[in-house]
Formats: sequence, structure tokens, C-alpha cells
Amino acid sequence: MQDLLWIFISALLINNFTLAYFLGLCPFLGVSGRLETAFRLGLANIFVMLITAVCAWGLNTFILPYAPYLRLISFIIVIASTVQFVEMAVKKLSPDLFRALGIFLPLITTNCAILGLALFATNKGYGLVEGLFYALGAGGGVTLALVLLAGIREETKVLDIPRLIEGTALNLIIAGILSMAFMGFAGLFSAGG
Amino acid sequence: MDQPTTIEKSRTAEEFLKGIWKENPVFVAVLGMCPVLAVTNTAINSLAMGLATTFVLFFSSLLVSSLRNVIPKQVRITTFIIIIATFVTVVDFMLAAIVPQVHKELGAFIALIVVNCLILGRQEAFASKNSIRLALADALGMSLGFTFALLCIGVVREVLGSGSLFNVSLFGAGFEPWVIMIMPPGGFFTLGFLLLFFNWLQKRRREKSKGDRQATQYEEAREFL
Repeated sequence: MQDLLWIFISALLINNFTLAYFLGLCPFLGVSGRLETAFRLGLANIFVMLITAVCAWGLNTFILPYAPYLRLISFIIVIASTVQFVEMAVKKLSPDLFRALGIFLPLITTNCAILGLALFATNKGYGLVEGLFYALGAGGGVTLALVLLAGIREETKVLDIPRLIEGTALNLIIAGILSMAFMGFAGLFSAGG
Repeated sequence: MDQPTTIEKSRTAEEFLKGIWKENPVFVAVLGMCPVLAVTNTAINSLAMGLATTFVLFFSSLLVSSLRNVIPKQVRITTFIIIIATFVTVVDFMLAAIVPQVHKELGAFIALIVVNCLILGRQEAFASKNSIRLALADALGMSLGFTFALLCIGVVREVLGSGSLFNVSLFGAGFEPWVIMIMPPGGFFTLGFLLLFFNWLQKRRREKSKGDRQATQYEEAREFL
């Protein structure tokens, strides 16, 4: 149980996908201008990641031992179809959400965070339950980063900022400061044992 | 018969050059951020990532452009991704065989070239609509621009973060390295400040051309030609 907790915490804070591994930066820099949208995109990410973890585990256990060179291609195809499914479900269940996320839902397919999750979970040899906790932590971490940046960006809208730095440059520097703050969590490991 | 070939030639050169500077995938379009920041903590890793991306982009564009009349519209994205994934698998195994040390350091990020928006973006926006010749020029220009950007970031981070360049020590023992630069925040900061620099360059160029009538005349003359 404690192991599972560590997997979760470490993916959530210490090895945060966005701020420590730079995964999923496109939506991070592109969409997170509004808190609400950022949060929803984060939730979509968690959902896709959970399904990805199950897919990756299934592929790793049943198919890939016989054809290791198909790893990348099979991951991509399975994940892409999963996202297609999410998109259809979201369109049906909540048209509002679908409109809010717009172009970014299909973009999750080519989101490195999703494929990165499948690859890292494979490299670490996680089983099904561990994989799910890892996905939950990673997705939560992405959501956290998205929401934090969106919050700060909402603040910066009312500030007087030089025209030159506005946009991506400012976002990257904010992200760098956030990333520095998250480095502080590395201490959790040595403290917790 | 002479005229079209000259036009085509100049167009090829144009498509090649635009990726390096005017539409640089990193500094102008801000695409493919994940490898840009993750592997650029040393100049060697940056170079390896740049070359691997070049290989994948070149051959994907070649294949997509030659198959552009065969691939059905509805499944084109899936087809592109499968083509890209195939070449990434090739480059992954190749690097593991030729430079195992670098391959180990880059880790999963080689596999993650598959989801580099730059590569899929070029297939969708360019290679699937243009002749093989133009597609290859575009691919080469874009990957050169990408590699150039990676090297810019990698050199800054390695020099400041480890006090060396391509593993050669620069400053001697007296230099206190800024360790933060080879850690994740350093990646964000370096790219942030480089983008700032490029914004400034562009702004300066815009202001210059505004007051400069000769530039407009030259522009008109070129259009007329």
C-alpha cells in the first residue's frame, strides 16, 4: 500500500510530468489561459491516462513479448483510438465541455504526456494496479501544473507587462519558476525514506 | 522551358530557407517543446536529438509525399503517425547500436519523437500537399532549424550549468557551475529568454523596415519578378 502511495506522490509532485519531464507542454502553453478550461483539460488528461495505463499493461502482458519492435506503433494506435472514443463520449455527454476544449481533445492523442506515461510505466515494469496509481499521479500532476499556470496567467492579464515579453516567453519563465518550486518536493524522498 | 525550372528552383530554396530562420519551428512556431527542453542539458545530447529528428522528418516527408495521392483523406493522420512511428523505431534501434551511451541518456525521449508536433505538423501542412522535391526541401530546412535551436539551448545550458562545451571544460576549476541550468527549470528559463531575444530581434526588424522605403521597393520588385 505504501509503495502505491509513493508511486502516486512521486508522479504527482516530485517527478511532475510537466514541470520535471517537460511532457505535455503544448496544451500547457497553449490552452491554459483560463482556469476553468485548464482544469477540464487536466481532467480529460487524467481520464485518457487511466485508460492508457490499462492499454499499456494489456499490450505489455499479452502481445508485446512476442513482438517487441511493435511497441511504439501499437501504443500509438491503441492510445489514438482511445482518445477518439473519449472525444465521441464527451461530444455526446457534455457538448459544453466539448466546445470548451475544442481542438485540444484530439491533440491529447499526440500529447507526449500520454505516450510518455505508457513508455515510463513499461520501463519501470509496473503491473496493472501500480500502473493505474502512476497514471492517477501523473494526470493529477499535469492538472496541477495546468491549473497553477492558468491561475498565474489570469493574474498577469491585469498587470502592466512589457509587450515584448508577453506570450510564450513569459509563460516559459513562469513555468521555470514553478518548476524550481517543485524541485523542493525532491526532499520528500529523503525525508520519507 | 527555362522559366518554370528557375521558379521551381527558387521555390525549393525558399522552402528550405524558411525553416531555418523565418519560420523556425522552435523560436517562431514554438513546436515540439518536449524534446527541446528535456534533452538539451548538454550540447551532445542536443545534437543527437536534432539528428534523430532530422532522420525521422526527412524520411517521413519522403514517404508521405510520394504516397500523397494514395492515402485516403479520412485516415491520413493515422497513416502519418504509423509512418512516423516506423522511422522512430528504426532510429531508436540505430542509436542503441551505434551510440549506446547517448541512447541511454536520452532514454524514452527518442521514442517520444513520434509525438513531436513538428513532424506530424509538417506532414499535414506540407508534405501531403507538395511534390517530393519541395517536401524534402521543407523537411531539411525545418530539421536544420530545429537542430540549430536545440544546439542554441544545449550550448547555453551546458556552458552555464557544467562549465563545459561538448564535454570539454571551458573555465577551469575556478568556475562555480549554475547547477540549476542543467536541471528542469534551466530549460524553461533558457528557452524563455531565447524567445525574448527573438521577439526583440523581430520587433527591431519590423521597426527598421517601417521607416525604410527602399526595403518596400525591393519587396515590390521581387514580387514583380
